Amino acid sequence: MTAKLSANDLTLIRGESCLFQGLSFALNAGELLLLEGQNGSGKTSLMRAIAGMLSLESGEVLWNDVPVSQQRQEFHGSLVWLAHRTGLKGDLTLVENLRFEGALRPQSDVDPSEVFKRLGISKLKSLPLRSMSAGQQRRVALARMLLSDAPLWLVDEPFTNLDQEGRELVMRLTDEHLAAGGMCVMAAHQDVDINATVTRVSL
Amino acid sequence: MAVPSPEQPRILVGLVAMVRRDLLLAWKRPGDVLNPLFFFAMVCTLFPLAVGPSAEQLTVSGPGVLWVAALLSTLLSLNSLFMSDHEDGSLDQLLVSPQPLPVLALSKTLAHWLTSGLPLVLISPLLAMTYRMSTDIVGVLMLTLLLGTVCLSLLGSIGAALTVGLHRGTALLSLLILPLAMPVLLLGANTVSLAAGGEPYATGIWALAGYAVAALSLAPYATAAALRISNE
Amino acid sequence: MWKFFHQLASPPHFYRLAATLMPWLAVPALLLIAYGTYAGLFLASPDYQQGDAFRIIYVHVPSAYLSMMAYMFMAISGAIGLIWRLKLAHAVGAAAAPLGAAFTFLALVTGSIWGRPMWGTWWEWGDPRLTSELILLFLYFGYMALRSSIDDTAKADKACAVLALVGVVNVVVVHYSVEWWSSLHQGQTLMKKGGPGMDADMLYPLLAMILGFTFLFGALLARRIRTEVLYRERRTRWVREMILSPEGGR
Repeated sequence: MTAKLSANDLTLIRGESCLFQGLSFALNAGELLLLEGQNGSGKTSLMRAIAGMLSLESGEVLWNDVPVSQQRQEFHGSLVWLAHRTGLKGDLTLVENLRFEGALRPQSDVDPSEVFKRLGISKLKSLPLRSMSAGQQRRVALARMLLSDAPLWLVDEPFTNLDQEGRELVMRLTDEHLAAGGMCVMAAHQDVDINATVTRVSL
Repeated sequence: MAVPSPEQPRILVGLVAMVRRDLLLAWKRPGDVLNPLFFFAMVCTLFPLAVGPSAEQLTVSGPGVLWVAALLSTLLSLNSLFMSDHEDGSLDQLLVSPQPLPVLALSKTLAHWLTSGLPLVLISPLLAMTYRMSTDIVGVLMLTLLLGTVCLSLLGSIGAALTVGLHRGTALLSLLILPLAMPVLLLGANTVSLAAGGEPYATGIWALAGYAVAALSLAPYATAAALRISNE
Repeated sequence: MWKFFHQLASPPHFYRLAATLMPWLAVPALLLIAYGTYAGLFLASPDYQQGDAFRIIYVHVPSAYLSMMAYMFMAISGAIGLIWRLKLAHAVGAAAAPLGAAFTFLALVTGSIWGRPMWGTWWEWGDPRLTSELILLFLYFGYMALRSSIDDTAKADKACAVLALVGVVNVVVVHYSVEWWSSLHQGQTLMKKGGPGMDADMLYPLLAMILGFTFLFGALLARRIRTEVLYRERRTRWVREMILSPEGGR
């Protein structure tokens, strides 16, 4: 079964302003949806709306052609979200954080130590996140994404706080995920260098 | 109907993991657990200083004072129930997790009770002694506090979820929760007073237990709904 | 039938409907309250125990009844708003809250005035109904405080609806627990077994006042809903067109 994320006629009003109106898209396995726009244009809001956290004025997000609102748990089981704030606990160590995440979400069968090595964080395993740099915390958040079994990645500004090498790593990882039949919704200022079908949404 | 669902054990795993994580966090920041306890002890100290140390007055006011102090101290600790999760974004991650949100809300409330309500019940005999309560009355006090703090944690989780992320959250939380918590205070304190006066007090215990069961079954849904609304 | 409900959900229609209903609520309210006041003060014979002091029930009982009704009303409109995602229902709840608080306050003040000759004190903690009313007033304060601290109207609406629903369950618990706690109890004189236990010349003015206050609540609510709808829809075309039209929004 190939997965599919689509949306029709999405309209979101926040307070006084209309962030987007009549927005539709369709995303198939192996494809990337790139959300472009300036700060405050509603990229994060659209991503939250896709994740089912905002109530929309009109329209619906569909996962495998079924409205997300009717299968919230199944849908959330198929997505992993790299948000602006990492959502990891500063007081807990890398391993403690990821163990908790692992209990909440379905996990893939990749070897965690391989993932840590690839992200360059193997030596930080027993360090509390508070004592890591912002870039290192970002890499821990990436590790959470790689360890999960979810086909759909929602990544909000994944290049923030990363150096050149880290940015390239994110692009390579996204490439691999898409090549393996995954899909990705990405919000980014900068252009990305990814070898897959890219659908662009300008906000 | 009775198809065994593969989701069931995962829910239990999520519940245990959530409680474990919050207990671990509390362990790493013992101040968050200890401060409300010190507050509880201090409020109990204020009253004899304010109204005088006469034995009969303390015996009469003891149950009420201990209960008001317990209520205020629970309120103090409730403020942080969802706050740090909201600030570092882990609340967002919980909202998009495949676990049912009411179960996660219940687990967080359970962890809150284990780190605030339960310690309070355990140190209450110490303070009750200073109010000249006899041993069997202390037993009744602990039982009412045990049931009562469960109710307060559950009620409070609704208020904490409604006010999470608001600037004036602390004062607002008290304004929302105190009127809701009044029946619990009233049942708890008066049950202990009845027991102290040698009168039958079983009605109060049963009412508190009933309240706890009702809160246990309804509050997690309200908390989950409130969390979704607050995080829109 | 469906058309009627559909129209009810449209703000301009609702706005006009509230205007149409106003006189039909205000006129009976005025007549009933005028009759109730006159009959209550002059026609009803003094109570054999309380003398003329009992006459305050003609304000106290309707206010106390409406303070509960308004909270119920708020909770029900909140539930409707949450379940059917009807924004107008939330507007109705928002409009009802200050009215409910005002009636609660009135019930407290009149109760306290009534209590003065009865108990010899302005406030008697032992009276379960006054204590319940006070807690109810705090519940209203909480509801209004929550609404005013959330900037986003849609979010405030939903949060307040949840609070009202939790509160309404609690009102019942408050009622029974305060009853249990209280030893001083002024038995319910209005509805005794086998019919009302009051004389007809006392009872009819009271019923007129209860009905009159209900109509008054309806009229004030209609007025407040109009303001609320107008404020919420201030950016829409229909409001602009209506205000710029020759009738100026009438």
